[in-house]
Amino acid sequence: MPGRLASTALAVVFLTMVVPADAATIEITMENLVISPAEISAKVGDTIQWVNKDVFAHTATARNGDFDVTLPPNKSAASVLKKAGTVEYYCRYHPNMKAMLKVEP
Amino acid sequence: MFIRSSAAIAAAVLLSSPVLPQGARAADKLTDPQIAHIAYTAGVIDINAAKQAMKKAKNKDVKAFAEDMVRDHEAVNKQALALVKKLNVTPEDNDTSKALSKQASEKLAELDKLSGAAFDKAYVANEVAYHKTVNGALETQLIPSASNAELKNLLQTGLKIFQGHEQHAEHVAAELK
Ligand SMILES: [Cu+2]
Repeated sequence: MPGRLASTALAVVFLTMVVPADAATIEITMENLVISPAEISAKVGDTIQWVNKDVFAHTATARNGDFDVTLPPNKSAASVLKKAGTVEYYCRYHPNMKAMLKVEP
Repeated sequence: MFIRSSAAIAAAVLLSSPVLPQGARAADKLTDPQIAHIAYTAGVIDINAAKQAMKKAKNKDVKAFAEDMVRDHEAVNKQALALVKKLNVTPEDNDTSKALSKQASEKLAELDKLSGAAFDKAYVANEVAYHKTVNGALETQLIPSASNAELKNLLQTGLKIFQGHEQHAEHVAAELK
């Protein structure tokens, strides 16, 4: 079927455009008021999948202002890393929750 | 110091049963329906205090702290309600809950007379004292007395988050000086 072929071809084009070949998705979980892993390395272009398993709202807030993601209870969110560097981040609501993200170029 | 003595009174109220003689203690042990009521009441008290602060506070850190209190304590209490429903338990009013509520309404009235920086300071100081008292009660009395594992678990999560609140309140209090 030509229609199907066309949409498949389109999908392939889109996928190659959006996701660079070596980009990875890294999961960072917030559970029981702890961020894990507490320290992780990633590369520019990778996606961080933030997963909040708590009944509390959390945030992932970079101290240098690079990102500020709000995570409602039991929700997740994704963000794509755009800049290299070592970023310390924490939860604005629960400042005891701290972790580190190393973004390599 | 008033704040200090009010915390001491609350601590005395909360901790009154452990000082009873051994024989009386067993009969006096808090039941799960009572523990659920105390924990829920303690949350409501802090939510009401925070709502007052959201209206009256001037300092932005104090306002943000109050918003955090409402968000977290409502989340814990929502969880507590879901749990008692699931366990088919009816929270039972008791002397500790009554003493806590009475003391809290007196505090609300007292804080209501203050404004500006004086209010901010008094609110945060009371939050430090209040979380200290509640955390002490959770640790030494409510958690050890809870029979149901899920209730115990919820109280432990509560303790963890309230310890964070205590530190957060101490930090805000230090910044206000
Ligand atoms: Cu948080």
